Amino acid sequence: MVSLADHFKEAPPDVFRPVRLVEPDGSRAEGEVPTLDEAHQLFRWIVFGRVFDQRMISLQRQGRIGTIGSIRGQEASAAGIAMAMEKRDWLVASYRELLAYIVHGVPVESIVSLYRGKVPGPFPEDVRAMPIQIVIGSQMPHAAGIGFAMKYRGEDAVAVCCCGDGATSEGDFHEGLNFAGVYKAPVVFFVQNNGWAISVPRERQTKSRTIAQKAWSYGFTGVQVDGNDALAVYQVAKEALRHAREGEGPVLIEALTYRVGPHTTSDDPRRYRDEEAVKAHEGEDPILRLRLYLEKEGAYREGLQEEIEEEARERMSQAVEAVESAGAFTPEEMFDLTYARATPRVEEDRRVTLSRLSGGASS
Amino acid sequence: MKRNIVEAVNDALACALESDHDVVVFGEDVGKNGGVFRATDALQDRFGADRVFDTPLAESGIAGFAVGLAAYGLKPVAEIQFGGFLYLAMNQLGAQAARLHSRSGGRLNIQMVLRAPYGGNVKSPDLHSDSFEALFSHTPGLKVVMPSTPYNAKGLLLAAIEDPDPVVFLEPLRLYRTFREEVPDGIYTVPLGEARVAREGSDVTVISYGAASPTALEAAETLGEEGVSAEVVDLQTVSPIDASTVVASVQKTGRAVVVHEAVGQLGVGAEIVALINERALFSLLAPVERVTGWNTPYPFAEVEHLFVPSKDMVVRSVRRTLQPDEV
Repeated sequence: MVSLADHFKEAPPDVFRPVRLVEPDGSRAEGEVPTLDEAHQLFRWIVFGRVFDQRMISLQRQGRIGTIGSIRGQEASAAGIAMAMEKRDWLVASYRELLAYIVHGVPVESIVSLYRGKVPGPFPEDVRAMPIQIVIGSQMPHAAGIGFAMKYRGEDAVAVCCCGDGATSEGDFHEGLNFAGVYKAPVVFFVQNNGWAISVPRERQTKSRTIAQKAWSYGFTGVQVDGNDALAVYQVAKEALRHAREGEGPVLIEALTYRVGPHTTSDDPRRYRDEEAVKAHEGEDPILRLRLYLEKEGAYREGLQEEIEEEARERMSQAVEAVESAGAFTPEEMFDLTYARATPRVEEDRRVTLSRLSGGASS
Repeated sequence: MKRNIVEAVNDALACALESDHDVVVFGEDVGKNGGVFRATDALQDRFGADRVFDTPLAESGIAGFAVGLAAYGLKPVAEIQFGGFLYLAMNQLGAQAARLHSRSGGRLNIQMVLRAPYGGNVKSPDLHSDSFEALFSHTPGLKVVMPSTPYNAKGLLLAAIEDPDPVVFLEPLRLYRTFREEVPDGIYTVPLGEARVAREGSDVTVISYGAASPTALEAAETLGEEGVSAEVVDLQTVSPIDASTVVASVQKTGRAVVVHEAVGQLGVGAEIVALINERALFSLLAPVERVTGWNTPYPFAEVEHLFVPSKDMVVRSVRRTLQPDEV
């Protein structure tokens, strides 16, 4: 006989075991790996991501851009998910996925421009992406809507929605996943669990043993993946996208990674975490791991990483140069962009402001 | 055909669904049940459950889901069951819907309508009677539309659905079924951002909108019997406000009374007084009066009739503007 106490027992241990295809020393774990071509492409993107991050942070230090969150150590997660996407898929993500935006086709200039405090300039017409979300978790219901809309129009496309572990505590995380589940919308939710939401560690964010298991309560699949293993993220993402694309419903991927840097350039993690603990994660560096893998597979050419870094630095300089030499941001754009057509009040603001700037009578 | 406001809303939704496959209608209980006020009655049967459907019980989710549909390019028309529950959707409206056009550098138009009944005097529980138009009017990027008759309810809703910006469409709950008037079949629009002169007059301008608009008209009738000629301006759209119509009328009459049900402090009435101050101050013969709800939470049902502006309150305010020295 089942006693009432049995009903109150802790849930059985979950079965989640992060998918890993490559060990930190570069040796292969179990499972089918992507092709060497794909591995090379991933390597290019994650090395680019590292250079991008370094350059953005140095621009911030020089006062040339505003506050920015580092993506250091998380390159494999962002590149892995974005590289698995098709051009027709929508990216709905936040500031920790800047590399995903770039991989999905958003020009670096757009991102530099945004962080420089200019009107970002619209993403190119053929890039399907929502603007970079700053309000944590607010993008989740948007992805459910976009997924629903694509299904409604009979499109063979998926919405990929990224957030961090902190976002999983937001009400909109619940509402977004719940809507996607109810409508069986083609959405892949991708949570980069980097262990920290500014100063609050993952275990203070939720008592769930994993974030992936939350998918179960919405009636769809959840998968954990080693987020520092670019090949594993890519492979899992590919399968999740196939699953959603073929009408089998949403998927939640939890990518286990680590925020080795501060939350943003305005944050001092020494106030809340032991830097010794961070050192323990240095051996998980996704770039090193993938390079060791390529070496072990006999597919690494001496000097390749340095070459990619050099190209990336040049690409960054070009982008920064383009943004800095572009004309100054004028307030006009703000008045143009508030509504599809400016209202009388906005027009009045424009008139008064422009007159003030030209030293006119209304100044 | 003669229709009341809720029938006019239903007809507008049917016209939009009929003419444009991109229009989808959803919210809590809007499917089979046809909405708790029957605004979506029979629409699911007519247009199918993929175009008219129920959502989970989640206002932020509804608004955020609508944002996603609109970002993609559909034309979502969502219902929030009661205006008071809009608090739950504030982030998606204020931080997302309102800002995505600018945030995307103009690439995205968030062409969505969020409908909600608002206003009191129908003995509802807490948060079922509030008037939140000022909250949304204080948010650049949103438009706020508030019909007052069956005719303008249908025309404004059809205009809102075709408007490229996100619209909060607040329907006067207690007027839903109070009267019928001729509402044409088929599509017609009443332009957003334009007030209407609901009654012409020459002594005083009574500015109102939504549920308070019939109250303003009744007051004007009573004043007419006393020989006072009151002009009644019905804003129809609260944001963007039609300043020219308000200012022109006040310049003509020299007196103004603003009437709304929402709390007075920092409300739409305050904005109108400021507008008059900026553009028609020297036409004024008396201070502008405001008749509004109290600066309290919406009251419990036994005293709500004292909170909602009444005809007598409007009449008294108008009389004060006519004889300012006697106050």
